[in-house]
Amino acid sequence: MKTVLEARAVTKYFHDPVKFTALNNISFTVSTGEFLAITGKSGCGKSTLLYILSTMDTDYEGELFIDGQSMTQMNGHQLSHIRNEKIGFVFQFHYLLPEFTVLKNVMLPAVKLAKLELPEIEAKAIGLLKRLGIENQASKAAHQLSGGQKQRVAIARSLINDPLILMGDEPTGNLDSKNSAVVFDIFKEIAVEQKQTILVVTHDEDFARNTDRIIVMDDGKIIS
Amino acid sequence: MLLDIAKTLMLARLRHSVIAAVGVTFGITMFITLVSFMTGLNGMLDSLILNRTPHVRIYNNITATEIQPIEQVDSLKSSYPFISSVKPANTRVEIYNSLAIIKALKNDSRVIAVSPKINAQVFYNLGAIDLNGIINGIDINIENKHYRFNDYMIAGNSADLEKVTNSIILGKGVADKMLVNLGETIYVTNAKGDRTPLKVVGIFQLGLATVDDIQSYSSIATAQKLMGEPSSYFTDIQVKLADVAMAPQIAKEFKKRFGVDTEDIQTANAQFESGTRVRNIITYAVSVTLLIVAGFGIYNILNMMIYEKMDAIAILKATGFSGGDVSKIFMNMSMVIGILGGIGGLIFGTVFTIIIDHIPFKTAALPAIDTYPINYNPWYYVIGLVFSLATTFVAGYFPARKASRIDPVLIIRGK
Repeated sequence: MKTVLEARAVTKYFHDPVKFTALNNISFTVSTGEFLAITGKSGCGKSTLLYILSTMDTDYEGELFIDGQSMTQMNGHQLSHIRNEKIGFVFQFHYLLPEFTVLKNVMLPAVKLAKLELPEIEAKAIGLLKRLGIENQASKAAHQLSGGQKQRVAIARSLINDPLILMGDEPTGNLDSKNSAVVFDIFKEIAVEQKQTILVVTHDEDFARNTDRIIVMDDGKIIS
Repeated sequence: MLLDIAKTLMLARLRHSVIAAVGVTFGITMFITLVSFMTGLNGMLDSLILNRTPHVRIYNNITATEIQPIEQVDSLKSSYPFISSVKPANTRVEIYNSLAIIKALKNDSRVIAVSPKINAQVFYNLGAIDLNGIINGIDINIENKHYRFNDYMIAGNSADLEKVTNSIILGKGVADKMLVNLGETIYVTNAKGDRTPLKVVGIFQLGLATVDDIQSYSSIATAQKLMGEPSSYFTDIQVKLADVAMAPQIAKEFKKRFGVDTEDIQTANAQFESGTRVRNIITYAVSVTLLIVAGFGIYNILNMMIYEKMDAIAILKATGFSGGDVSKIFMNMSMVIGILGGIGGLIFGTVFTIIIDHIPFKTAALPAIDTYPINYNPWYYVIGLVFSLATTFVAGYFPARKASRIDPVLIIRGK
């Protein structure tokens, strides 16, 4: 199976207020089609790791490969392009742009990528919303939706560019149990049906237990 | 697409965006209004004098000769003469060889118009009293064409000066003192005591009492006759040049070439130039200050929007928008405010100048002017638009740079 993402000896320090090792020599790989969860106690460094893996945080030691390319030497502009094209992101908070309609929110990353024409992007976005059962909300402003609906819009947005890997940062962390289950089912479904590679950071044990593979972290190290 | 995002963000904060744009509009409106009005006033004040001033005036200055005869004696070369009570030799006030000079000037390609003139010292006879006066013998056609003579006529027809023999156009002050009207006859006495009747065909008002109380105008022939001089007698030659900036240089050249005295317009009216410059500086200083204030408004509003939109910036960056893209979004917002505010300013500025242009401004000193003067120079509109764009660019640049440097991790982690 092809390796999608590889971390080699990733180490990160925080310098404020005192020097502190947040991540200690982390190495692991993610293969195509894997549904992977990273869990651990609060403060174990799992979110910090995700920000490095998502290329947003560049202040680390060691090396990161996505799709066989080293991310470590790239400049900000190149990393933006990588995030745009290859990574889909779902956050704990939905992080939609409240001024835009739901449809526009989903379309934005694809408009930025500019691989498709605008009508094709729109059709694709509507298709995604339909699959997630919220196509009737498409023309509403993002701030008019409920929490669960917003998170589904965020998932649709993360999938618009057919990312190599979908990353989730506590995607169910802010939802009630019913909506958490809905979001998990969506993740599971796209992992199984579309062989979508998914990497989720979560402390929701129910969520983690149902994934293909679990990485447990403690104190900046992988313990299992 | 970035413009589209900028537009959506601005519409979401429509009131703030409008306030920022109104700041620019206000600055540009004031700039256009002030600069058009001030330069209009400048033009009016300058033209009061400059319209009637030749670019180069050629005359014969009566002074003692610079090289005294004793300095030309070879045997005294080594000594230093002291001469007391030096006087000019017995010279005439007329320009020597004037006809040849006029002919040479008319063939000069840099010269637009040449008009000989006679300054005649006279007395206006008012019953038993004689008033001091000067009669200018002029070529009325050239004066009308090149020195706007007709603008200053308040009664009568200036062309009658050539048609009616022994006619005169009186200064307003002279006419008032002598209590005469059009068509009446006055008497003047020249320096030699000869008395001549002249028919009043017009009244003239320059707006400067010192001129209007003394000076009158007649044809060249009349003035020559009045003085008892031949037709080659001229005291001044007025030259109008194609390029007024060349005047000082050409004046010097004529002085050397014709052996006459010359005076250029810049030297004669240096104080007007400096007055104009000071007024222009004030205009620009006020406008630039207003625009800087407007710039601070834009800066504040954009800064505030960036704080409000931290999440949006973080999410845009997380989904693949680069720092440059984010910066462009905010620059776009700033420039849209600048362009719309600037165009609004040009429109309001035009409206205000048109209003000022219609406010009656009647003054006895300026017969040709009915309303406040406005200078509609398209250049000021270009400058105004460039000003508004430059201000908003600078005001937008710093917030935009700040937005581009926002670290999405800090925002997302902060939640």
